[in-house]
Amino acid sequence: MAMNYNAKDEVDGGPPCAPGGTAKTRRPDNTAFKQQRLPAWQPILTAGTVLPIFFIIGLIFIPIGIGIFVTSNNIREIEIDYTGTEPSSPCNKCLSPDVTPCFCTINFTLEKSFEGNVFMYYGLSNFYQNHRRYVKSRDDSQLNGDSSALLNPSKECEPYRRNEDKPIAPCGAIANSMFNDTLELFLIGNDSYPIPIALKKKGIAWWTDKNVKFRNPPGGDNLEERFKGTTKPVNWLKPVYMLDSDPDNNGFINEDFIVWMRTAALPTFRKLYRLIERKNDLHPTLPAGRYSLNVTYNYPVHYFDGRKRMILSTISWMGGKNPFLGIAYIAVGSISFLLGVVLLVINHKYRNSSNTADITI
Amino acid sequence: MEREPAGTEEPRPPGRRRRREGRTRTVRSNLLPPPGAEDPAAGAAKGERRRRRGCAQHLADNRLKTTKYTLLSFLPKNLFEQFHRPANVYFVFIALLNFVPAVNAFQPGLALAPVLFILAITAFRDLWEDYSRHRSDHKINHLGCLVFSREEKKYVNRFWKEIHVGDFVRLRCNEIFPADILLLSSSDPDGLCHIETANLDGETNLKRRQVVRGFSELVSEFNPLTFTSVIECEKPNNDLSRFRGCIIHDNGKKAGLYKENLLLRGCTLRNTDAVVGIVIYAGHETKALLNNSGPRYKRSKLERQMNCDVLWCVLLLVCMSLFSAVGHGLWIWRYQEKKSLFYVPKSDGSSLSPVTAAVYSFLTMIIVLQVLIPISLYVSIEIVKACQVYFINQDMQLYDEETDSQLQCRALNITEDLGQIQYIFSDKTGTLTENKMVFRRCTVSGVEYSHDANAQRLARYQEADSEEEEVVPRGGSVSQRGSIGSHQSVRVVHRTQSTKSHRRTGSRAEAKRASMLSKHTAFSSPMEKDITPDPKLLEKVSECDKSLAVARHQEHLLAHLSPELSDVFDFFIALTICNTVVVTSPDQPRTKVRVRFELKSPVKTIEDFLRRFTPSCLTSGCSSIGSLAANKSSHKLGSSFPSTPSSDGMLLRLEERLGQPTSAIASNSYSSQADNWASELAQEQESERELRYEAESPDEAALVYAARAYNCVLVERLHDQVSVELPHLGRLTFELLHTLGFDSVRKRMSVVIRHPLTDEINVYTKGADSVVMDLLQPCSSVDARGRHQKKIRSKTQNYLNLYAAEGLRTLCIAKRVLSKEEYACWLQSHLEAESSLENSEELLFQSAIRLETNLHLLGATGIEDRLQDGVPETISKLRQAGLQIWVLTGDKQETAVNIAYACKLLDHDEEVITLNATSQEACAALLDQCLRYVQSRGLQRAPEKTKGKVSMRFSSLCPPSASTASGRRPSLVIDGRSLAYALEKNLEDKFLFLAKQCRSVLCCRSTPLQKSMVVKLVRSKLKAMTLAIGDGANDVSMIQVADVGVGISGQEGMQAVMASDFAVPKFRYLERLLILHGHWCYSRLANMVLYFFYKNTMFVGLLFWFQFFCGFSASAMIDQWYLIFFNLLFSSLPPLVTGVLDRDVPANVLLTNPQLYKSGQNMEEYRPRTFWFNMADATFQSLVCFSIPYLAYYDSNVDLFTWGTPIVTIALLTFLLHLGIETKTWTWLNWITCGFSVLLFFTVALIYNASCATCYPPSNPYWTMQALLGDPVFYLTCLMTPVAALLPRLFFRSLQGSVFPTQLQLARQLTRKSPRRCSAPKETFAQGRLPKDSGTEHSSGRTVKTSVPLSQPSWHTQQPVCSLEASGEPSTVDMSMPLREHTLLEGLSALSPMSSAPGEAVLRSPGGCPEESKVRAASTGRVTPLSSLFSLPTFSLLNWISSWSLVSRLGSVLQFSRTEQLADGQAGRGVPVQPHSGRSGLQGPDHRLLIGASSRRSQ
Repeated sequence: MAMNYNAKDEVDGGPPCAPGGTAKTRRPDNTAFKQQRLPAWQPILTAGTVLPIFFIIGLIFIPIGIGIFVTSNNIREIEIDYTGTEPSSPCNKCLSPDVTPCFCTINFTLEKSFEGNVFMYYGLSNFYQNHRRYVKSRDDSQLNGDSSALLNPSKECEPYRRNEDKPIAPCGAIANSMFNDTLELFLIGNDSYPIPIALKKKGIAWWTDKNVKFRNPPGGDNLEERFKGTTKPVNWLKPVYMLDSDPDNNGFINEDFIVWMRTAALPTFRKLYRLIERKNDLHPTLPAGRYSLNVTYNYPVHYFDGRKRMILSTISWMGGKNPFLGIAYIAVGSISFLLGVVLLVINHKYRNSSNTADITI
Repeated sequence: MEREPAGTEEPRPPGRRRRREGRTRTVRSNLLPPPGAEDPAAGAAKGERRRRRGCAQHLADNRLKTTKYTLLSFLPKNLFEQFHRPANVYFVFIALLNFVPAVNAFQPGLALAPVLFILAITAFRDLWEDYSRHRSDHKINHLGCLVFSREEKKYVNRFWKEIHVGDFVRLRCNEIFPADILLLSSSDPDGLCHIETANLDGETNLKRRQVVRGFSELVSEFNPLTFTSVIECEKPNNDLSRFRGCIIHDNGKKAGLYKENLLLRGCTLRNTDAVVGIVIYAGHETKALLNNSGPRYKRSKLERQMNCDVLWCVLLLVCMSLFSAVGHGLWIWRYQEKKSLFYVPKSDGSSLSPVTAAVYSFLTMIIVLQVLIPISLYVSIEIVKACQVYFINQDMQLYDEETDSQLQCRALNITEDLGQIQYIFSDKTGTLTENKMVFRRCTVSGVEYSHDANAQRLARYQEADSEEEEVVPRGGSVSQRGSIGSHQSVRVVHRTQSTKSHRRTGSRAEAKRASMLSKHTAFSSPMEKDITPDPKLLEKVSECDKSLAVARHQEHLLAHLSPELSDVFDFFIALTICNTVVVTSPDQPRTKVRVRFELKSPVKTIEDFLRRFTPSCLTSGCSSIGSLAANKSSHKLGSSFPSTPSSDGMLLRLEERLGQPTSAIASNSYSSQADNWASELAQEQESERELRYEAESPDEAALVYAARAYNCVLVERLHDQVSVELPHLGRLTFELLHTLGFDSVRKRMSVVIRHPLTDEINVYTKGADSVVMDLLQPCSSVDARGRHQKKIRSKTQNYLNLYAAEGLRTLCIAKRVLSKEEYACWLQSHLEAESSLENSEELLFQSAIRLETNLHLLGATGIEDRLQDGVPETISKLRQAGLQIWVLTGDKQETAVNIAYACKLLDHDEEVITLNATSQEACAALLDQCLRYVQSRGLQRAPEKTKGKVSMRFSSLCPPSASTASGRRPSLVIDGRSLAYALEKNLEDKFLFLAKQCRSVLCCRSTPLQKSMVVKLVRSKLKAMTLAIGDGANDVSMIQVADVGVGISGQEGMQAVMASDFAVPKFRYLERLLILHGHWCYSRLANMVLYFFYKNTMFVGLLFWFQFFCGFSASAMIDQWYLIFFNLLFSSLPPLVTGVLDRDVPANVLLTNPQLYKSGQNMEEYRPRTFWFNMADATFQSLVCFSIPYLAYYDSNVDLFTWGTPIVTIALLTFLLHLGIETKTWTWLNWITCGFSVLLFFTVALIYNASCATCYPPSNPYWTMQALLGDPVFYLTCLMTPVAALLPRLFFRSLQGSVFPTQLQLARQLTRKSPRRCSAPKETFAQGRLPKDSGTEHSSGRTVKTSVPLSQPSWHTQQPVCSLEASGEPSTVDMSMPLREHTLLEGLSALSPMSSAPGEAVLRSPGGCPEESKVRAASTGRVTPLSSLFSLPTFSLLNWISSWSLVSRLGSVLQFSRTEQLADGQAGRGVPVQPHSGRSGLQGPDHRLLIGASSRRSQ
């Protein structure tokens, strides 16, 4: 009759206890893990234990901040707004859509010479390149030279996918809205004869973009043939295969285009336009003096209250001029230090009472 | 089988009616051809078919099916169930939203992935659970039993599931009934069988069942083929205690069916070789299963709270989305007309209206911000809970060596509820106690026999175990420890033997035997049986025995003995026979020992009676004895059999006959016995050692075993005779004239026997001391004998007090010698009472009272009701942890109260409010009274408290106890009947309020339903977290209703375990389960939930802030892959590990400081406040984590996703550091997972960013991470941002740790600082200097101490007598008061002259020392004199008389009696007994009794 009991027991979820089996108990293993006795570091957060952390943070951050700040301050940077919304601006005339092409020249002076490589940026403000539908409006396969995507671009490109029954190459809103001002820089010497400054077009895009992501469609030598059957984006003046004379910088692998296609994160952004390479160690790349910026003004931004800027900047180990990071480091470091002091006071004040608590225990 | 009477073939109007009403079911034998079939041969097959069909249609067969799914239905059904969870619907909705092109934010397939993942996990778990259910069902369904087969004309083995209604089932001894069966035949000649209902209600005693009347007379064996009767009975219902129906025989005769005829599924057949019955209810229609309503889906409190916060998150999400949508609308409105180069028109070239754009944006925002609703939270919680369950299961200290079982978590989703329990509802029998009673000591005729050897023996059982047992600090005084501790481990030994031998074949034979015994006999562990007799007493017994044996044939036998010896003799006879113990022999397990005397064969006819009983009638000269038979037979069948007309007629005839003296029928039983006796002695003695006793209550068995130790052996009990064997006298057979069974009202039982030696009619009464002492023969103080008697009584009373103080259950044994005339007269009236149709119960009661008066006190016994290991310690720990413990027991009040004292649930120095009401109105009035009393106490206490200067601290906190923050809250004892009234709608609030004020509540005599109602009430009305713990099926409903149900495994019944969420081997494991694991689980999960909310809010915050810079276009700078998998992959593991392993306070500190548990009760870890604080912090952190990269990259040539990736990295680092701040214990796993997370993120990012140049539009992440890794600014921002974001939190935490630490933090700090002192006593904690200090337990203790001296002066001024009490001398105040009085105060003042009539009774104004007074309230029903007698165990006769007029008018009594305040500590605790004896001389027995009762509480 004990059989019935056994059965009953087993029903209840117990392991079957074979009468002839070995002594197998359900005793749990006595391991540190199973018994929740794992050795552990048990930090206790009190003023006394934490205040070193605050001081250490302060001591580390403030020097870093100072370093960054100094580095950032050493960077030369000049920014020239050529939107032309102010009536006084030479580019003011270009605001009207009738003047095409419109050229304007802006003169500026560099107080100090720019050493080393100088980066020339164009900056746009209030330009929402990060808008969701804008960001999506491209076809990476097409840009990668996929021939089928070339002629049949992705639906994401709508409504800049086809124009007059021809596929647009490159399709999409991003490409369509490509920045197409031309900026030229002249050093106005003493003899008032402007010397053009050599602007390097290549090397401004990411290497991977230029060599991996962006490719011209396959085909014959002639780029125009390769893009046969496509049409230029609506806003473009020239088709994509006429962006540059250099075949290595034309079509989809035009670096200006590639740079533009890398959508900016924030509505105020700059994009690398040209490089001004240092010629030799003796002369500064851009000596102090008067310069003029010749703009072929094609790109209308004033409709949407945008701004256009040209930026010349040297770079340091940490990139372009960025005063914020240094200040932030100093600020965080100081605050941390300050809190550390507060904790020190508190610790001092409450140590006695915590001692008494100790005693009562 | 059931055939609904209105079959299709034979429309029978009455049957149709019945069917419509649906009240009855008709059962016929399956072996018969169905009634509608004309041709029996054809009908057989047809009937078989129809039967099967019929069963399928109407009746459940015996198959048990608790699974939810089948293979086919699993997927749809499970999905359907999963979609009941709103979160799942939400997530699927979001994922599907992605398929709408206009609003999609992510690649649709990608968005579905997490949802599918989660659904799959849940589905898998459900599948597994269902499979294990299926397995257990399968096992039960395939148990075998013998079913009569028509084809083979014999019983064949069938599976349980193949049994149908109408089948005949034959069961052998110790088999379990597969269905509800009507008993038709038993191997027992009396047509009885015994069953054990442990599986149903946890009671291990045997219950008698009776063959259906009409079948019991069958001489030959029952043949199912000849069974042609039809059974009509109730529809299946879940009332275990009721069954009505009738059986209609072929000849049209009807016989009633009662509960006594039904064998319930799950019970075990005992003590009977075999029974045959017909199945009435099968499968899910059996009463056992109907009682098992399916388990409620439990959702933990934390989860409810979390869901509420999830709703807040949803609201937040909607707000953010709305805000975004409006922003986007405005943006569109602003830019679309302006030829913005970046404006993208609709695909057809037309421009979007701002409103449409806003709507789209809203939906897209919801998709993008969906992370706010933590989908990973649900998965993580499931995982964490599973791990918590694993750890609880694996805890070695919850493993019970003896039963080889560890704690089982059966519910996977409520582990954290364990940390928030406020109320514990406990069963008593088998939960607090082991349901094993041991005879400890006794006093006979005023002489105490301390049984030291016995105590030593019990101590040895203890020692055997104590080596293994871990050292648990034990509270209490030494004497208490001795008495409680001594019995704790005895079961251990017994258990080990039983289970191990059960499992190992090669184990010792002895152990095997022990296991056999324990399996088959209730209440008979070696510890209970082997009682070491006291040498002195043993000597006396044998002396009596010898002298009686010598003088056995002389006249006036007992006169040869000294009064003391005769008392000793009678005492043991009473112990042996005054019970209902059934004797069994182990050779044939649990079969009745039957030594058949010709004369003692079952009484069949009236002539038989007369033949047997007239001789004694003759000698007695009384004429009514013969009718004894009638009453006896009805006794045997139980009171639920109504007296039938035939028996009335018989009575009449009897009385006629008895009128005329008949003289000739001689040959009485004793002589024949004496002849047989010698020859039988030899064989009997062989088996004598092996006899075992089956008792209805364990204390009966304990007494019988005790008597056996004194060689006074009960060898046989039949329904009309009891045989006792003595070494010298040999077998004595007592004719059992009458048994007045135990009932809770009389609190005693009596047997009327005819003494074989003296031929006298004796009444032996055994009962609660409170009752029996009242019923003693008043002894005149004139003659020496009377004085001697008085002395004996007072001595006995003293010993009784002593026993009670030791926590022993006391019983008084008394005797009365009836003259034949007296007996005859009594019998006459008793028979009348029995035969009376209306209020026969009351008449019987009165008749019993008439018999049980003028008793002669023999002695008293002290029985130890053995508590389980460590119960008092556990209870006191749980109390310290702020848990309120209620005991709900089906047991009688005294037992319950006794146990409650023993396990420290009730304290001797606290007051006890006893609620015994017999009517609704009385109950209401009583409740009002008690409430007013308690409230008035609270009011008076208030000023005292402020004086005591301790009050402010704890009155403000600890909400459940705030209203009654007094030092000693009263305890409430309520019986089942009053409970039923109190649970009525109109009274429940009052009851609850009263109960809430009480420290502990004891509900006696409560039914399973009441238990669950109480739990439900507390749960719903007090909104408290409840835990129910029990071991029997009677606790199942309570276990199911409570928030957390705990079953005690290891006991025999497994129903409680099956219904429970957690199964523990013993009660004491509850402490560790709650205080340690509960706390950990709660704090871990609470912290993890908070962390997840923080994490998601913070993450979503980043996205939201970005909307301000992208025209609210729902653009995301974070790659969609990161967005979707961030929560699942990169940031999920470390919080999981912390959630599983974090130990906020080390185990030993938690266990030594149970009050830390209160943090869980008060939800300190996870409150709405904490939640919002957390959300605010998350907002701040996200703002920092957004703005620093924003400013750092402002006006740079960074592209969208090259800027977004650092933000993700920063977020990840911030999350990990945040977790680091919140993690209390860092194990290597924490380190590894944190490192792993970071590593995983970078690895995945690098691989992902290198994998495909043109894939994953629009983010186009190719080479992003690689480029970033070469950028110093990336490192600089990633270093600074997390630090800046977390500075405030770190600062706040350290400030909190120093300036205003919580209890838990303090505990942590202290362990750190002084690891050696981590086991310091808990008081220090409670006195912590924190405002949050919730250690009320200790503080309250202090209040009391301060308040008492404060209030003392006022007593002196008011009542000089109070000084007596203050110095510790006990006195009593008894007041009886009418309930009609409106307030207690009025009542007291109105009654004061009356109640001060007894010289020493003192009335104090209630303002004096209210906390010491004890309220005993009782109200009587219709028959006031009766109920007032039994309602108060400590009732004082004088007061009773003085208040008689009031009582009888109002029908209720409220009695206040003061217990002395020894506990105040000034007076010695151990000497409460002595003062009484001196004082009680004036008062008489009644007063002494009262003092005795109250002094018991002083311990």
